[in-house]
Amino acid sequence: MAASSGRTVGSFLWKCGNFCFNFNTVSSNLTRQVLSRQLCVSAVFHRKNLAAAGPEKFSEEFIKKQVEEFNIGKRHLANMMGEDPETFTQGDIDRSIAYLFPSGLFDNKAKPLMKHPDEVFPKQRAVQWGADGRPFHFLFYTGKQSYYSLMHDTFTKALAVEKHQDRLRGKGLFTQDAKQISLVGSRWLLKEELEELLVETISDHDYARFIQLMERLLSLPYCSAEEDFVQRYRRQLEIQSSKQQVQPLQYDQHGVAYSTGDGRRKTATGTVLLRDSGSGSISINGTNYVHYFPVLQDREQLMFPLHFMGVLGRFDMQCSVSGGGHSSQAGALRLAISRAMLSFLSEGQVETMRQAGLLTPDPRIKERKKPGQEGARRKFTWKKR
Amino acid sequence: MEWHQTPGNHALCMRYHSTPAITTSLSSPIKVPPSSCGQEAVGMELETRPETLSIFRTQENDPACQSEQHLGQYYTVPPSHFHTVFPHGLPPRYQQQVKTFNEGCVMVRQPALELISHLKRADYSKPTMRYLLYGVKGSGKTMSLCHTVHYCSTQGWLVLHIPDAHLWVKNCKELLPSSYHASRFDQPIQASNWLRNFRTTNEHFLSKIKLRQRYVWTKRESTEEGRPLGELVDMGVSRVKSSSDVVGAVLKELRLQAGGTEGGFRLAVAVDGVNGLWGRTTLKKEDKSPVAPEELTLVHNLRKMINNDWCGGAVIATLSQTGSLYAPSSAYLPQELLGEEGFDSMDPFVPVPVSLYSEKEFESCYLYYLDRHWLQHPHSRTEEGKKELIFLSNRNPSVLERLCAFL
Repeated sequence: MAASSGRTVGSFLWKCGNFCFNFNTVSSNLTRQVLSRQLCVSAVFHRKNLAAAGPEKFSEEFIKKQVEEFNIGKRHLANMMGEDPETFTQGDIDRSIAYLFPSGLFDNKAKPLMKHPDEVFPKQRAVQWGADGRPFHFLFYTGKQSYYSLMHDTFTKALAVEKHQDRLRGKGLFTQDAKQISLVGSRWLLKEELEELLVETISDHDYARFIQLMERLLSLPYCSAEEDFVQRYRRQLEIQSSKQQVQPLQYDQHGVAYSTGDGRRKTATGTVLLRDSGSGSISINGTNYVHYFPVLQDREQLMFPLHFMGVLGRFDMQCSVSGGGHSSQAGALRLAISRAMLSFLSEGQVETMRQAGLLTPDPRIKERKKPGQEGARRKFTWKKR
Repeated sequence: MEWHQTPGNHALCMRYHSTPAITTSLSSPIKVPPSSCGQEAVGMELETRPETLSIFRTQENDPACQSEQHLGQYYTVPPSHFHTVFPHGLPPRYQQQVKTFNEGCVMVRQPALELISHLKRADYSKPTMRYLLYGVKGSGKTMSLCHTVHYCSTQGWLVLHIPDAHLWVKNCKELLPSSYHASRFDQPIQASNWLRNFRTTNEHFLSKIKLRQRYVWTKRESTEEGRPLGELVDMGVSRVKSSSDVVGAVLKELRLQAGGTEGGFRLAVAVDGVNGLWGRTTLKKEDKSPVAPEELTLVHNLRKMINNDWCGGAVIATLSQTGSLYAPSSAYLPQELLGEEGFDSMDPFVPVPVSLYSEKEFESCYLYYLDRHWLQHPHSRTEEGKKELIFLSNRNPSVLERLCAFL
């Protein structure tokens, strides 16, 4: 059994000593479809391989009982917090738990949590054969019944669409420019998401065949009839750049536009006041930037956002920075400058800056030293004897 | 391929040209620089940009005749002057640049012009005026000093150029106790080096100046009154042990004779890094106690020179943080670098601030590097490249030079 890493508090409220364990959240290997930066933050990657759990550990009655306990516990919690039990949302639950059980732990998954059992317990297949041992589904003996039934369904739909097309052709009403399904802004389900949907493991090859079949369905001109079916297997992409908050420009008493920005990099924090007067002078903590950053690389870091947007001589900057070393201070200032420049730029330019990576805070921190090793990665000298 | 004699005192040099017609049109108003070997493209450059040459270069090679209209332009130091006037005075990076470009070009800048105008108008019967060049690191103080020294030598002055006073207060391998004065220390190597360079600079004066006093070096050696200075200097160079005392004697003689009416000459004392004379030293005595600057013969004598109790010349000095000991790197004002003692001794003086490049000066420096093909990167020729250079160097001359070195 996997070790527990969290405790749900719902049943704890109901009965002391009776707690259910969350599965160890081991992130599965990301497939080639996932880019190096995790674009989709679906909860799929935090679940273990579902169908490999083996025979059922949680029966249906058990799950139902857990759901009841959760709901009752939710009402108790609402009463405790003095709120209305009817309108108590999951966010309220989380805040109340954080208030009642303050945790000094750093790992979010180790803190106490109270969530609906469907989110806590992985989905499991109900028993698939009856009392006489005969399986319910006709494709049970293929081993991947849900997958093959899905493939069969899709193909049936494709055949139906083709039949519809033939009928139209027969009547002479066939046109190429029928209404098409819009695929912009959405992506196919990932293999892990499909596995979660089907509650069984599929191989890469199977997944590829599935996508191939869906594409074939989409290639038919009259596939808009099956739009609902297709959209069930697609997810919307979030537009990243709309997450940027662009503050409006401020004007000081002389009418000169200015804006501020701050940035952080690896324990160095910096703030920048960007002024639109135009001479290209920069002062950092009161001194000239050539004296503060004698290393060329740091000055280049400062130059990059301005040079990228082509506004090198336009802004005056007053920066203050503390913490870290010279390189991290330069990185912090670079982020601060980019953020301050957002107010002066248009939407398209903001998007180009985001794609250039100027607006992304660098998440790298010094890695923790582990016991039994000399450093974070370096091991002690290996002696053969 | 043609042989051409360019205007001015240049040696004969070869130049590769694509068409001979260019030389005739360009030779008269615009001075064509001597090209280093293999620069066929120089001819092509001249074709395309004849006007820009005149912006950053000037014909006027004589510092005495330069004025405000030449500000920001480069003038060439004639090679014949080069080795005599500046055997030891130039910054090392500039010397490397001269070797690379095969010519020594100096920019005419405001501080140097100001100094030269002061020198022209000064009254030499009064006690010596002292001028102090100060500015942030790398802003061109030493180069301005060298410019002024060139002016002085073209005017026929006797130039006493101490390249860096910091060299005398640190990194000295040999410290001999002085024979003349018990508590002082001699630095034979530095003294003899300096004397050798002094000899190269002021050859023609050495025979003219006669000693006014008899100097006894050892029981057997002495220099009589009336002997030429050259003999003294030669003796100092050959007898290394007493070279520091020779330096002291030379300085004393020059001080006495500078303003004199008979055979009077003007004396220019140019000291670079003058704040080294009043700071601390890194030298230690044998018992590991630190040596104060006063205890060094060379420093002691030089301080006497800088005092304005003589007339008939000028003292031009620069502050330098780069070689200075125990001074914070952000200090550049006279008070900070000289310290109290130094400030009191230098007081009163004429401060001459040296600033970073102005726009025009930066422009001409940039064009000069382009002309010399120093900026090889194609992006550096564009407007954006220029803006990048301005940003990265903040118009600081030395930073710009180091930046362009690898472009």
